[in-house]
Amino acid sequence: MTRTARLALFAVGAAGLAALLVTGVAGLPDFGHYRGPYGDVLNQVAVGERHATSVVAAVVYDYRGFDTMGEELILFCSVLGVALLLREHREGRARRDDPVRSDALRFFGLGAVAPTLLIGLVVIAYGYVSPGGGFQGGVIAGSAALLVWGAGSYAAFQHVTPESLVDLAEAVAAAGFVLIGVAGLVATGVAFENFLPLGTPGTLVSAGQIPLLNWAAGLEVAAAMTLLFAEFLEDVMIREGDGS
Amino acid sequence: MIPLQLVALLLVAVAGTSVVLTRDLARQVLVNAVYGLALIVLFLVLQAPDVALSAIVVGSAAFPLILLAAIVKDRERE
Repeated sequence: MTRTARLALFAVGAAGLAALLVTGVAGLPDFGHYRGPYGDVLNQVAVGERHATSVVAAVVYDYRGFDTMGEELILFCSVLGVALLLREHREGRARRDDPVRSDALRFFGLGAVAPTLLIGLVVIAYGYVSPGGGFQGGVIAGSAALLVWGAGSYAAFQHVTPESLVDLAEAVAAAGFVLIGVAGLVATGVAFENFLPLGTPGTLVSAGQIPLLNWAAGLEVAAAMTLLFAEFLEDVMIREGDGS
Repeated sequence: MIPLQLVALLLVAVAGTSVVLTRDLARQVLVNAVYGLALIVLFLVLQAPDVALSAIVVGSAAFPLILLAAIVKDRERE
């Protein structure tokens, strides 16, 4: 195909795409004018029905808890896939020696590990009271492990994230999430239906079974992130070829 | 639309375009981080703290690490 023909074809395609895009955008509701009923209904009823002051958490772990289970399993399967593909033939191969030599970086970096982990746990713990939750807090907790590599050494990272423990946490958390949903099914006849006392809204003892699902998600995400970091770092740290 | 929202939207547009126009991969990771920051500001301005928090945690460690790991690996093969 000649250059002119390609350009002509592109011009037709681009004009068509632009026309569709403009029509689509023109048909959108005005900025700031929300039309759907669900958000408004949930804002009205969620705190009263579920005793969770974070409506987002009530939606994620209760009203559409089944979807969240699907998302949990997507994460589980993706991480499983990464481990299956990257975890092979590594025994006896040389690793890079990469300890951080700057005292200042070691001091402040490693000093930030515990606070980062704590922030992660707090973000998980208050997920159904205020913004935050298992996903966000789990990623922060996983990042704390990454900081051990970034400010310390790869050997230290491997030491704080034993493979068997991370694998176990990942599996237990994924299974736990599903089992809590099944418990709702057994107790009430509806999967992910609440089966625990609702407690006082705005406190940590609230929102029925949402805290359990929230912590299961937090552990699952933290383990998934740690496993992902471990596999990618291992892949980078192994020397290419024969130790050159 | 209040001026703050307009500024945040414009920032996202400028940062997003910059990511596409940056050709050096390692540099692109950093420009992409700035784009992530612009998105976080937009989410906050639009009063979506949960989404902003998700964007912060993913954009600050997990995503850049995986990109950098892939780039390092790719350069070693050359």
